[in-house]
Amino acid sequence: MAENLKLHYVVEGDDFTSAGAASGDVKKLLRQLGAQPDVIRKVAIAMYEGEINMVIHANGGVIDVEITPRRITMVLTDQGPGIPDVEAAMQEGFSTAPDTIRNLGFGAGMGLPNMKKYADTMQIDTEVGVGTTITMTVDIPQ
Amino acid sequence: MKVSQIAEILGATVATGHHLLNTEISNACGSDMMSDVLAFVKDQGALLTGLVNPQVVRTAEMTDMHCIIFVRGKQPDECLLRLAEERNIAVLCTHLEMFRACGLLYANGLGNGEAGER
Repeated sequence: MAENLKLHYVVEGDDFTSAGAASGDVKKLLRQLGAQPDVIRKVAIAMYEGEINMVIHANGGVIDVEITPRRITMVLTDQGPGIPDVEAAMQEGFSTAPDTIRNLGFGAGMGLPNMKKYADTMQIDTEVGVGTTITMTVDIPQ
Repeated sequence: MKVSQIAEILGATVATGHHLLNTEISNACGSDMMSDVLAFVKDQGALLTGLVNPQVVRTAEMTDMHCIIFVRGKQPDECLLRLAEERNIAVLCTHLEMFRACGLLYANGLGNGEAGER
């Protein structure tokens, strides 16, 4: 993975069927680039949870991914409702998702905690009524 | 245990992924909550679930699973099967309920990925 790569994805809101397509694409690309399997899995799961969150809570958004020889950076930006209480949202089991989402296998309050668990760093910038930007990085062991 | 043996033990039909029947699976997990699957992923090769939607395939894809087993007689639609086929994931369908399906596979030697198990 000698070169730097930048990728941009638009995540459609309310399109539960195709949610995860961007994460799947990044996963496939990392595999082609020869990244280590645990790095690929960390990126795939962290980004996938973020992508699902965008669809569930924010009517979609955009994801920018940068791949360098040292780390993978994912920036997820939405113009959704924002997160009023980030500390509460980071607790496992805390969820504001409706039952319709729970019936689809998500909304158990594991999304943000999972993202934090799999990413090496995670920063949440959010403003109620404006939107949320989540920046996650996964380091590539040298 | 091969995917074909899983199908045999569960009396399951193979909805897609016939070319994966010889794939070796050593661990599995069972859940209808995909966030839990993502949270507690180890090295499971197969997912048993009663939830039927495309995100089951995505979850299996992100966690490197090779096989999805739909329990309780749940039938995936064409859209799901096409996605599984594209992602190289076998899909089995059994009429057994979750508890029994998991129990049979566990009794036949499939683990859940815990270190030192079995």
